Amino acid sequence: MTVKSGAGQLLSKAATGIEGFDEISLGGLPRNRTTLVMGGPGTGKSVFALQTLVGAARRNKQSGIFVAFEENIASIVANAAAFDWGLPALARKRLFFMNAQLSPAFVATGDFDLGGMLAMLEAKQLEIGARWVVFDGIDVLLSLLRTPRAKMREIYRLRDWLTRRELTAIITTKIDGEVASNDAANYGFLQFMVDCVVRFDRRMEQGIPVRRLEISKYRGSAFAPGEFPLSFGLHGMAVASPGPTDVPQEASTDRVSTGFAGLDQMLNGGLFRGSSTLITGAPGTSKTTLAGLFAMRACERGERTLFVSFDEGGERVRRNLKSVGIHLDAHVKSGMLQMYSGRTDAVNPEEHLLRITAQMAEHRPRCVVIDPLSAVFRTGALSSARAIGNRLIYKLRDHHITAMITALVEGDDAQAEATELQISTIADNWIQLSYLVCGGERNRALTIVKSRGTRHSNQVRELILSDTGLALADVYSSGGEVLMGTLRWEKEAEERSRTLLRETESAHKRRELQFAEADTAARIAALQLDLERHRAALALYTRDDAARHVSSGERHTEVRRLRGANGEEPAGPGAKRRVARPAAHTRRNGNGEERARRGQ
Amino acid sequence: MASKRMKKGVAKEAVTTVVVMRLYIAGRAPNSVKAIANLEAICRQHLKDAFKLEIVDVCEHPQRALDDGVLVTPSLAKLSPTPSANLIGNLSDTSSVLAALGVAQMAPAR
Repeated sequence: MTVKSGAGQLLSKAATGIEGFDEISLGGLPRNRTTLVMGGPGTGKSVFALQTLVGAARRNKQSGIFVAFEENIASIVANAAAFDWGLPALARKRLFFMNAQLSPAFVATGDFDLGGMLAMLEAKQLEIGARWVVFDGIDVLLSLLRTPRAKMREIYRLRDWLTRRELTAIITTKIDGEVASNDAANYGFLQFMVDCVVRFDRRMEQGIPVRRLEISKYRGSAFAPGEFPLSFGLHGMAVASPGPTDVPQEASTDRVSTGFAGLDQMLNGGLFRGSSTLITGAPGTSKTTLAGLFAMRACERGERTLFVSFDEGGERVRRNLKSVGIHLDAHVKSGMLQMYSGRTDAVNPEEHLLRITAQMAEHRPRCVVIDPLSAVFRTGALSSARAIGNRLIYKLRDHHITAMITALVEGDDAQAEATELQISTIADNWIQLSYLVCGGERNRALTIVKSRGTRHSNQVRELILSDTGLALADVYSSGGEVLMGTLRWEKEAEERSRTLLRETESAHKRRELQFAEADTAARIAALQLDLERHRAALALYTRDDAARHVSSGERHTEVRRLRGANGEEPAGPGAKRRVARPAAHTRRNGNGEERARRGQ
Repeated sequence: MASKRMKKGVAKEAVTTVVVMRLYIAGRAPNSVKAIANLEAICRQHLKDAFKLEIVDVCEHPQRALDDGVLVTPSLAKLSPTPSANLIGNLSDTSSVLAALGVAQMAPAR
């Protein structure tokens, strides 16, 4: 037998496999030591103990013994059938149940002890190689021992035996609201004796039962302090652990479409992946429509999506969305979209959070819609509701899920109310939908209140719903008043007619200018012609002048030749003709030149 | 001490019934030792020899005890005559032991 309890040696822990518990206990229960589980009736002590045994048997093939002092084995197995543990098969192979109810028919005739029972358990341990043991409802047994002294003696006996047998033990004990004073001493002693104490509690919070657990002692180990809510699902008990306390550093710059082009544009390209968007608004401001559109587009992109709706079944949500052109049926059929609907009237907020978490674990979505989260807050205290909202958003962020969360706000000061939920401070984006009443009608307005890390429109837009879907329209502000709906339409019509008038006017002006232009051009052409005529005339004159000059020169030469020729050639009528001829020749030449230019 | 002892007593006088009992003990634990002593005294005084007693030491025969549904030690099972009864404790409360064994009714017949 080796006792591993050297000083400074790290405590070895045995995981329970209970979701959340191993996180808050930083690894599970102390191995080969004893854990005391205390709590009122119906708080989940037995489930905790049994689930731990089942978990060890299933995961690590470790055998265990369950000693039931309070409840019949048959009923324990029957109750556990609600969970997917496969208990009957395990009970045959790795778990041994000992029926230890002391029936009222037992006649108490004096002091007794646990020596015999422990001898039996020891034999059983050796037989099946058990590593775990549960004593469920030890208070029932202790109540049969008459003196406090005897009780203490048996507690010691039990402790010694457990230490000797190196068993990891869970002892559960019931504590009611008022514990008799002599019992209190025993419970105090029990708590002192064990290495770890887990308290279970069940309270009514605004008519809703809330179960919690708290680790109140853990010898030699740190643990997460405080009370943690419990829920019961298909896999058994789950503890709502706060998750990692550090905020993950990575931040995506990848944009995801909101599914609505107009909104994407307002958000400068869409939402960041892994961001959470809060959509607040009064009833009927089409929060669900926006969320539905987001879900549909996500599915179309091939991203697994979870749609959580409260107080309205998935069928109804899909039918209503169909009326605005959002079709989700095919995506549900293909498995891309999972719809989960919860009723909020009977379940506490913690439970919802755990159920949503379970759905997320099962479906592994990249996009999540929760519609409306505010419904969860109707039940339970506001402080716990806030905490849940925060935890949900953190959880989504940790899983890098892009989420759209709607919240119903009523009353005049929507902004103040939404802030009261305090989700708005954690959510990355906040889109507010509201009704603006003016000119005798209500119109939907969309505003981006905040969008972290992205440039976004500061404009109020009018949200228009039709059979074909959603559209955003700019709103007019005139004289400090925002115009929407019919007033906007009127304003638009007015704008249109003004544009038309302006267009007509400008067309007219253009024509006038065109005429002036054409007129000028024509005049330029005429002047050009004139210019050329003048040039031609000038050229003609220049040439005549030159010709005259040449002919005069020629004449001079001729005259001289003729004079000289008097001696060489006999003057005759031919000479006379020649003198007269140059003038005629020059004239003809000029005419010829003019003809050639015209032909050009 | 013998782990399993049989004491057979046959009524020589006109005792109508024989009480058949089985006592489960845990080795030499103080309560177990006390129980044996208390039971032997009661039998001697009230049953004479009209009883059959089997003593089972749970430490040596744990499986038998498990099969019999024994929980704590010492405990005494009255097997016959009917009604059967289960008694737990060291049997120091003689009157309730007698009542459970139905000896009080038998006393006048003695």
